[in-house]
Amino acid sequence: MAYSSADQDSTGQDSTDQGGTGQAGAGKTILGPPDLQRVIDRIAHQILEKTRGARRTVLLGIPTRGAPLARRLAERIAAFEQLRVPVGTLDITLYRDDLRLRAARALGKTDIPAGGIDGQRVILVDDVLFSGRTVRAALDALGDLGRPASVQLAVLVDRGHRELPIRADYVGKNIPTALTESVKVLLAETDGRDEVRIHGGTR
Amino acid sequence: MIGHLLSAGDLDARSATLILDTAAELGNLAGREVKKLPTLRGRTVVNLFYEDSTRTRISFEAAAKRLSADVINFSAKGSSVSKGESLKDTALTLQAMGADAVVVRHPASGAPHRLAHWVEGSVVNAGDGTHEHPTQALLDAYTMRSRLGRLAGLQVAVVGDVLHSRVARSNVLLLTTLGAKVTLVGPPTLIPVDVAAAPAPGIAVSYDLDAVLPASDAVMMLRVQRERMGDSYFPSAREYARRYGLDGARMRRLPEHAIVMHPGPMNRGMEIAPEVADSPRSTIVEQVANGVSVRMAVLYLLLGGKA
Repeated sequence: MAYSSADQDSTGQDSTDQGGTGQAGAGKTILGPPDLQRVIDRIAHQILEKTRGARRTVLLGIPTRGAPLARRLAERIAAFEQLRVPVGTLDITLYRDDLRLRAARALGKTDIPAGGIDGQRVILVDDVLFSGRTVRAALDALGDLGRPASVQLAVLVDRGHRELPIRADYVGKNIPTALTESVKVLLAETDGRDEVRIHGGTR
Repeated sequence: MIGHLLSAGDLDARSATLILDTAAELGNLAGREVKKLPTLRGRTVVNLFYEDSTRTRISFEAAAKRLSADVINFSAKGSSVSKGESLKDTALTLQAMGADAVVVRHPASGAPHRLAHWVEGSVVNAGDGTHEHPTQALLDAYTMRSRLGRLAGLQVAVVGDVLHSRVARSNVLLLTTLGAKVTLVGPPTLIPVDVAAAPAPGIAVSYDLDAVLPASDAVMMLRVQRERMGDSYFPSAREYARRYGLDGARMRRLPEHAIVMHPGPMNRGMEIAPEVADSPRSTIVEQVANGVSVRMAVLYLLLGGKA
């Protein structure tokens, strides 16, 4: 048996359209470390504002990079309001609609906070919102885990090109892209530095 | 990619670890209210059992169903096999029915290898004769890893009827791949002669259970397979139990952290005393639960991706 387990990076299917052309090119930095910090601070504030204090709320990051993002959001919320929001991760690999297009993937971690999600406001956190298929898979996964009171979506980057009727409640940055381009979010926890880059294509 | 799981020896450390890691994630499912994943919807898994089995067949069935695959159970009793149908013809029938995976148990060593040439789907060896039982080895490794925290460097004693045991062979192959050291313990008549003469690296042979126990992290008791042996391998069941059975007194020679394993079904009072089987050190019930997770992982990794 020979499995492909090397695609940890692509568990968020929205973030890795590695097709396109310009991997060789250096790409272009959209957000640097201080920008990223400010964007996360803003989303944390927006969550507090929109949810009126983030009571009965659970943050669930979608691996790979949604997981550290969710933890950072929880840290910022704790810093602003002295409030501990439960944080977890939700791996959606087994719910993907494109499993049969590639070799079997390694699974990410699913870690639901001890209080569960029943009756809670669940905020899904991901790095890039693209086709919307990851979010659809996450909604299916949530349905098997319990019955949240409501589900919201927070993303660092919305790059457009939706293939499903899905939108985010909190968007760090809208980045209009061509389909030939790819957006890459790098985080200190997973990649050693904070950066949002855009590669490939011609604008 | 069409993969099969025919032998524990086919797995390198990386793919074996991937299976164990995947099983660890899938194991969380057992604690959930909805114990079902949509991953293998529309895939068909055939359980082809030419030999009696309770836990392995049920375990594979539960694993496939939890991944939403369709399961067809075929047992040789009450099928066309009793009318004389050959394995190949049965295989072609399954092929025509569109089996994506065939889980096969067969009394003849090597039958799954033959089957793998005849069907297009993945073949999973669920025990062939005295040859191999790779998913049992995987679930044993998984149990050791979850109880003891690691596999590399562990001292594992495999005790009893090594000669007839496919569980022992698969375990030796997998455990040495993953860096554990295995000591085969049993009466000389039940240890393969070539292994005893020249054990491979990472393997030792002993005829003295009491001497091996104090240095063991895990003891795996094998079932005495009465159906595969005449009566000439040891003088009497009582003598076997006296020398190689794990009773309470022997269990207390083990280090504090050591675990006692048994692939089941047990002959209580023969290779393992009830006191030991029901002790907190025993992982026997855990092994059954882990078996479902490991088999889910195998089915997912074989069938979950591109066919």
